[in-house]
Amino acid sequence: MIKYAVKRILYMFLVLFIIILICFVLIRMLPLPQLPPGDPHTKVVMMQRQAMGYDKPYLVQFGLFLKNVVTDFNWGLSDKLYYGQEVWSVFLQKLPATVVVNLYSIILSIPLGIGLGIFAAVRKNTWIDYLISTLTVVVISVPGFVYAFVIQYIFCYRLKWFPLVMKSGTDWLSPEMLKSMAPAILALSLGVIASFTRTTRAELSEVLTRDFMLLARAKGLTPVQATVRHALRNCMVVIVPGIFGEFLGILSGSFVIEKIFSIPGVGSLTLNAINGPDYNIFMLTTAFYTAIGLLGGLVVDLSYGFLDPRIRIGEKG
Amino acid sequence: MDIPKEKLVFAKREDRVSDEVLKTKPRSYLADAMLRFTKNKSSVAAAWILLFLVIFVILSPVISPYSINDKDNVYRAFPSFVPALAHLGLCDGGKIYDSQNEISLTALRGIAEETGMDPFIKVLNENSQTGRFRGSEVKRETYDIKVNDYYALGIVYRVFSYEEFERIQKWQNETGIQVIFPYVLPRDIEGIKSNPNLWYKVDPNGRAVLNEDGSFIPVYATDKEEEGAPYDSIRIPSDDGSYIYSAKKSGSVQCRICYYNYYRYHWGHEPLYIMGTSSMGMDLFGAIGVGGRFSLVFAVLVAVINLFIGTIYGSLQGYYGGAVDMILDRILDVLSGVPFIIVATLFQMHLAARVGVAGSFLFAFVLTGWVSIAALTRMQFYRFRGMEFVMASHTLGASDARVMYKHILPNAAGTIITGCALLIPGIISSETALSYLGIVDLSSFSGTTLGSLLSQGSALVMTAPHTILWPSIFIGLLMISFNLLGNGLRDAFNPATKGGE
Repeated sequence: MIKYAVKRILYMFLVLFIIILICFVLIRMLPLPQLPPGDPHTKVVMMQRQAMGYDKPYLVQFGLFLKNVVTDFNWGLSDKLYYGQEVWSVFLQKLPATVVVNLYSIILSIPLGIGLGIFAAVRKNTWIDYLISTLTVVVISVPGFVYAFVIQYIFCYRLKWFPLVMKSGTDWLSPEMLKSMAPAILALSLGVIASFTRTTRAELSEVLTRDFMLLARAKGLTPVQATVRHALRNCMVVIVPGIFGEFLGILSGSFVIEKIFSIPGVGSLTLNAINGPDYNIFMLTTAFYTAIGLLGGLVVDLSYGFLDPRIRIGEKG
Repeated sequence: MDIPKEKLVFAKREDRVSDEVLKTKPRSYLADAMLRFTKNKSSVAAAWILLFLVIFVILSPVISPYSINDKDNVYRAFPSFVPALAHLGLCDGGKIYDSQNEISLTALRGIAEETGMDPFIKVLNENSQTGRFRGSEVKRETYDIKVNDYYALGIVYRVFSYEEFERIQKWQNETGIQVIFPYVLPRDIEGIKSNPNLWYKVDPNGRAVLNEDGSFIPVYATDKEEEGAPYDSIRIPSDDGSYIYSAKKSGSVQCRICYYNYYRYHWGHEPLYIMGTSSMGMDLFGAIGVGGRFSLVFAVLVAVINLFIGTIYGSLQGYYGGAVDMILDRILDVLSGVPFIIVATLFQMHLAARVGVAGSFLFAFVLTGWVSIAALTRMQFYRFRGMEFVMASHTLGASDARVMYKHILPNAAGTIITGCALLIPGIISSETALSYLGIVDLSSFSGTTLGSLLSQGSALVMTAPHTILWPSIFIGLLMISFNLLGNGLRDAFNPATKGGE
């Protein structure tokens, strides 16, 4: 298992490397933003660009870039949005907002999603199950920004429970911050709740019909005991990797939500970098999103293997 | 048992015993799937909704009297208004004005009296508050009222060239609809230039000064010195012929026009906005049709191209297996590892100038969109390639291509096509999200898209929620119906996996 894990991790790094190489070359091929004539920074910017190797072949540029990143984790300087600041430190300022919002939404989604799923599976083929399943399909189908608008209109404007946009500041864990993030958290969570519900319901209703459940009942366990101790445990094999995957998934998929609720996170940083254009920031966020995506797949695969010895994907191969 | 021997008879003596020929018609795989599909209520409902939406996107730009480039620059983000239905209380251009006091009610009455179109629809709520004002208790009555937003706009100032001024007068004479109203000099209305709706005596705060009997005191200008151009057309009833209808403005004339009637002059008909207007002054009804049409056509096009590429790629992987499979799989890992938003952005930056915005957007979708189809095809080919019928055709000397596309592919087609149908909602939602975020701007290509409509409306969620509501409902229904339809098709083609998700 460890050998398999190491192999997978090394392979992930290889893929990451290739993707970063391709994106790097594509970004460096873009025309550089023109400096306004007579800009006092012209000389500095020109020297920076020379230091980044803009006058050398792409592979040499990539070598320089990689050397800086690997040796002192230097991703270059921002030359448009945050003039002269280290890209990495800008990124670190933006990261907490995204992570905190996603963390809250996962914390909200796990109990609700799994709870509803269990409820629907236990009451299978009753009206409550149909209701939950229908809602699940609807919520999963409708794109997140649609209910983000609904939430913004109803909760922020009509009922005035929450502020319209997130408050500024860095007190990520304070109650006021939580309150101002609530609409965004809710908008992000709905889809995640629905997908947990769907997975849990499908998995649990299948496990509940297995023979060992009959045995559990036969040996005298109550339905609740049997469900909790035997059925749920089996479900977790599927659900827990889903949680990891979902967390990393929404970390990379909340551009629209971040824009609607003005969350100063990585998503809005990326959008600004694209519109800037600020290529160094864009390069860093590209690497970030790629890494998150690959990590998501890896974590899901590995956790399957760790949780359930029966499934060890591709271990032999 | 005691049965007399003579009672025993052979059941069949002459006939040969054989199975009866099946009397029912054989049902093909496709017909079988269709039968299962039509039995699934939710997918049938989804199919109907989808049909409705498709008809909507085809017809709405035709029904709408406006083309996608017709943008009115005054009626922006206005509520839905259909004059023919207004008296029924539907689509009456109604907007709710919260907490209006007597002063604003009087102002509305002024507009109604002058233009002859009463913006007031009904009182929704009466609130009375008691507050302290300079030491004494004052009771304030406010009303929540519903007002026809189109009429409530009333009069606006416009500057016309002399020719235009003549044309409007001619149109007035032909149709009998009054556009130009008598001019009011700022000095007669306490110098208030920001409110063109004042035609009566006001105090410096803009409040109407009324007669004893509660009527307005008109202050229309009669000073011929100020007149911009001669006026020879409809006059208001109280006019004795001395009122002037325009003011001088270097080389042109300034008028007070009733915007609603000016609109009729300009567009040739009354405003007709079934879903209201967008923040750009477009007809939302037609714009959703145009945007939705683009989304649907684009998604289907992308899905078909991806189906094609994915099938070929997956079939090579699945059929040959081994080293070919491994190398192709590694390429897939790299392709699917790049986040889509990055792909779309890079394509926009590199290709948009060369092949157009829509073209580069299409390339971006085609670059990675087929990965899931390839995986599906690969699985199916793995399943079938060892089967007897494949071996048989090999033995008969069939080439690889023939075995792959003549023998295996038809067996896998159902699964692959349903996989493709399930791609469509994802494509639509990414397309909408990216145009919402402004990463791609397709408005020059297709007029508008659902994403652009959403992003234009998102600033107005509070004041004009309909600009967000209708595009959201459209895209929500589209997504739900495509997903249900896709799930229904999957269950119909692979009954074994039913309810798997």
